[in-house]
Amino acid sequence: MRRRPLPVAVAAAAALALTACAPQGEESGSAAGSSSPAGTTADECAPQSLETLEPGTLTIATDQPAYEPWVVGDAPESGEGFEAAVAYAVAEQLGYSEDQVTWTRVPFNAAIQPGERPFDFDINQFSITEERRQAVDFSSPYYTVSQAVITTAGSAADGAAAIDDLKGLRIGAQVATTSLDALEQVIDPDTDPVVFNSNDDAKLALQNGQVDAIVVDLPTAFFITAAELDDGVIVGQLETPDEGGDQFGLLLEKDSPLTDCVTRAVDALRDDGTLADLEQEWLADVADAPVLS
Amino acid sequence: MPGSPLLPPTSDLELGRRAWRRSRARRSTLVALVSTVVFSALAYLTVTSAPGWPRVRTTFFDLRVAGETLPLIAKGLLFNLQVLGISAVLVPLIGLLVALGRTVRGPAFAPLRFVATGYVDLFRGMPLIIVLYLVGFGLPALRLQGVPTSYFVLGTAAIVLTYSAYVAEVFRAGIESVHPSQRAAARSLGLTHRQTTRLVVLPQALRTVTPPLLNDFVALQKDVGLISVLGALDAVRYAQIEVGQRFNFTPYVVAGLLFVLLAVPSARLADAVSARARRRQQAGNLL
Repeated sequence: MRRRPLPVAVAAAAALALTACAPQGEESGSAAGSSSPAGTTADECAPQSLETLEPGTLTIATDQPAYEPWVVGDAPESGEGFEAAVAYAVAEQLGYSEDQVTWTRVPFNAAIQPGERPFDFDINQFSITEERRQAVDFSSPYYTVSQAVITTAGSAADGAAAIDDLKGLRIGAQVATTSLDALEQVIDPDTDPVVFNSNDDAKLALQNGQVDAIVVDLPTAFFITAAELDDGVIVGQLETPDEGGDQFGLLLEKDSPLTDCVTRAVDALRDDGTLADLEQEWLADVADAPVLS
Repeated sequence: MPGSPLLPPTSDLELGRRAWRRSRARRSTLVALVSTVVFSALAYLTVTSAPGWPRVRTTFFDLRVAGETLPLIAKGLLFNLQVLGISAVLVPLIGLLVALGRTVRGPAFAPLRFVATGYVDLFRGMPLIIVLYLVGFGLPALRLQGVPTSYFVLGTAAIVLTYSAYVAEVFRAGIESVHPSQRAAARSLGLTHRQTTRLVVLPQALRTVTPPLLNDFVALQKDVGLISVLGALDAVRYAQIEVGQRFNFTPYVVAGLLFVLLAVPSARLADAVSARARRRQQAGNLL
């Protein structure tokens, strides 16, 4: 400890390192966040002028694995399944051909991370809420979903006709979903809800008898009860707690330059009936589940 | 000590040395102070003036979100504390039994040693999250009679299984650290193996392993948060729910800080216990 100038030198070096690195690291994040153009005209929505991740291609994200009926066989590239079909329809509306679309996989919860995202938009049953809008952008809605209670034949929830029949039961849902919100707000069970990392875990617990019923969105409910559970039963639909229903939107980075164009594309698909056709094609049998009150 | 009658008066040379040393000490204190202040100011300015800072602040340190989510997350922490309380009682018990099983002598006890060793190898090597899934979802899937389906029981069981294996190894290290001469002396006094273990080996072993045991306790405090994968509404899960609703990471920071607050007293206790052990062991030692 003879050389006294050492602490100063260390401090100076550290400060230098900080000033040298920190702004640079931050800058890339903020540049992506704040480079939103003020206004967008129709011409700017053509592929040549869209500021996509990779120029000339549209990078679309979905979950790993992606589930039916949203994506058939975990292969969104096939365009089979409602969300895969919607994604290709939006791409076509924007002027991208099928081979100009690249798929990438982003887990549901990872899509909300701040900073740069590895996709142009993410289609993964993201419900549009005001709170989420503070962190990400949404396109206009492409589907309005209701929630449903499902169980296995012979369980305590089997045959429940009203919400009151469900209040005393142990009911589960996946974390960070509007299914969980509906469970808490509409059913409001006497015991705490059981909250799982994924619908797969919830399904396991249901089969094991660890929960009496689980809440999932209605199209998923039809798929799980028909294809995945041996003796699955749909107990019924839940009324949506929010006004206007629970709507899925395409998720984009906050202040993404693409938001306006993607929204316009979704609006066009809704107006010309494409969305209704796709719904008919992939989610047709969803309408007729009894509504619990 | 200029006043001491037995020593010659301190020379001017020595006084000069002392004054010089004092002045150097003052100077280095001053330099450290200035460099700390300059460094802190630079760090503060760099961080807060960085273009991404407002984004970082609202994403991770939003006080409004923290205030709104704290009560729920604290309520979830109560669940973690229940699991922790039960585990903290069961883990040392089972761990000690396994350690004794591994160290017991005599050819007749070979199967006991094998079983204890196998248990430790298995559960110390297996990731806790896999044990949680196997016990929490796997056991009930067998649909055996008498197997509980409550995530509280199953999750606690998984944590106890894993941590007992770690703690057994800590106990074993403690038992084996007792010098063989102690054991030999006890046996030569006519104590049986059991008496030797109970009266001579264990008291010394337990004293040695207290600090590492408390260290494992701190690790256990955090790992009880993993029980959320089974569906439990604990601090981690409540935080996750809020993050999902708000797309804001402050609830995770809040939950993380609560766990840190929980760990700090244990860490200080561990420090105090090891300091006391050091004082006792070195009592009478001039060094």
